[in-house]
Amino acid sequence: MADLAQRKPIDVRRQAGFGTIAIACVAVLYLPIVVIILYSFNSASSLGANFKGLTLEWYRLVFADAAFFEATWMSLVIATCATGIATVLATMAALGTTRKREWTGQRAAFIMINSPLMVPEIITAISLLVFFSSLSTYTGIEFGIGKLILSHTVFCIPFAYLPIRARLEGMGLDLEQAAADLYARPRDTFRYVTLPLLAPGIGSGAALAFIVSFDDFTISQFVAGPGETTLPLYIWSRIRRTLTPELNAMCTLILLVSIALIVVGFVIANRRKSEK
Amino acid sequence: MAAHSDIVRQDLKTQRRLTLPSVAVIFLFGLVPLLIVMAYSFMKPAVYGGVEPELSLEAYVSFLFQRDLFDDTLVFSADYLLIFLRTALFAMVATLTCLLIGFPTAYYMATRPESQRNRWVLLITIPFWSNLLVRTIAILFIIRDDGPINAGLMALGIIDAPLPILFSNTAIVAGLFYSFLPFMILPIYSSIERFDFQLVEAGYDLYARRWQVLRHIILPIAKPGIITGSVLVFIPAFGAYVTPLILGGGNHMMIGDLIALQFRAARNWPLGAAFSMILMAFVLILLILQIRKNPREALHG
Repeated sequence: MADLAQRKPIDVRRQAGFGTIAIACVAVLYLPIVVIILYSFNSASSLGANFKGLTLEWYRLVFADAAFFEATWMSLVIATCATGIATVLATMAALGTTRKREWTGQRAAFIMINSPLMVPEIITAISLLVFFSSLSTYTGIEFGIGKLILSHTVFCIPFAYLPIRARLEGMGLDLEQAAADLYARPRDTFRYVTLPLLAPGIGSGAALAFIVSFDDFTISQFVAGPGETTLPLYIWSRIRRTLTPELNAMCTLILLVSIALIVVGFVIANRRKSEK
Repeated sequence: MAAHSDIVRQDLKTQRRLTLPSVAVIFLFGLVPLLIVMAYSFMKPAVYGGVEPELSLEAYVSFLFQRDLFDDTLVFSADYLLIFLRTALFAMVATLTCLLIGFPTAYYMATRPESQRNRWVLLITIPFWSNLLVRTIAILFIIRDDGPINAGLMALGIIDAPLPILFSNTAIVAGLFYSFLPFMILPIYSSIERFDFQLVEAGYDLYARRWQVLRHIILPIAKPGIITGSVLVFIPAFGAYVTPLILGGGNHMMIGDLIALQFRAARNWPLGAAFSMILMAFVLILLILQIRKNPREALHG
């Protein structure tokens, strides 16, 4: 009896040990990242495990490296172009597949738009290599840097499309209907009602597209021609020689770009969600 | 009435026009290249890369057989098949490990107070979107012979000589696990997060034990998430290229490297194309199976 009376109300959700696993899991996910960031400030010049002291020397070397800046510029140009094109196309497609009626072939279009997500990256990479090289062999058309931009655009479209479409699906048609009832022209309804409401979706779609383009290694490695070295390709060319503390500094800088973009995208998306 | 159907027709036309450019770009630069690869897989290799436009099944035949140099007979050769099987094994072990660690994590996240959940999701999302190449280099960095893990273990006196983890099968599987873990956690999380825990309370009222509740209530609820997560881990792990490239050191090939090799040093495009088609067929079968199992989730993955 005493035993029964003393029994505390149990937390029905608790499962023993799950919290520990969750924390271990986060630790595992972050450990390599944190270590590489930490060692980018290590003053020991050989890449042993011993941590001597703090230094910014490796960053100074990175910033003095002209090839690093060229590669960063190349990555920025390609990611900006690919993101721009992909976001515009994806926004149009998202409107076309949610506003306002279902058309025959819409499902097929949906599958088509998302298909780049289902193909393993290495296959996309070699297929684009084959495609562009056949094109230049048989027709003599050379795209130059356009090859990278077009290749990135293809796999950026679904990444931009999905958040924009999700946003549109959550919006409902009432406001647009109200604008139309008040005799707003379709163009004005779009400009003053749909677009502002859609902005967070477009923002997070564009952020994702930018990250996947900026970070892409596999596809760029096969598609890029001489002189079209993006940042990940440059890092790869360096790591093939040897690991250096400088490389840790470069990796840290790349990580910071994606982390900053993710956090900003996340905050925007969540603020709008709570406003709604 | 006529006016109304005109409007409908006009709307549909606009919608098609809006969708067309995306579909056209992906068709031209996504699907057409794949079709070319498929066509190349049925041709003969040219000497310096590229193909001879001549129909041949040689590429597919050499997946399982080797042609004898002298008398041209076919001899069974398991080399490529073994790489394929090894890839499947690596991907499977990585998927299972992800599930084993990912499920409790997702469950724990989904049972946090609502205010904390977003923070957890962000915590898992950051590595998910961080540069894969850099993350893989980071692993390379910590498991090196003179890296922090080995140095730490040696300083503690647990081992005398560094563990040769790098360039081993373990390194590749660990790398796959680490790369794709968030793909497992997030879908399971979203399948549990919506769940109403009163059902669990009912379970306890009926004297169920914790593991019984887990087994008979939570697991069925999380099943769509588990399936989606497993597919999302298995597919990229199966087609992995960067992970074995960096952590395998060229000794332990997976199918992704094998394909890459045919388009680079080996210069046998048809063979690489045939391997790609085999890999693609495998992936498509998995995706179709998954969509059959839970049609609702599939469209949002």
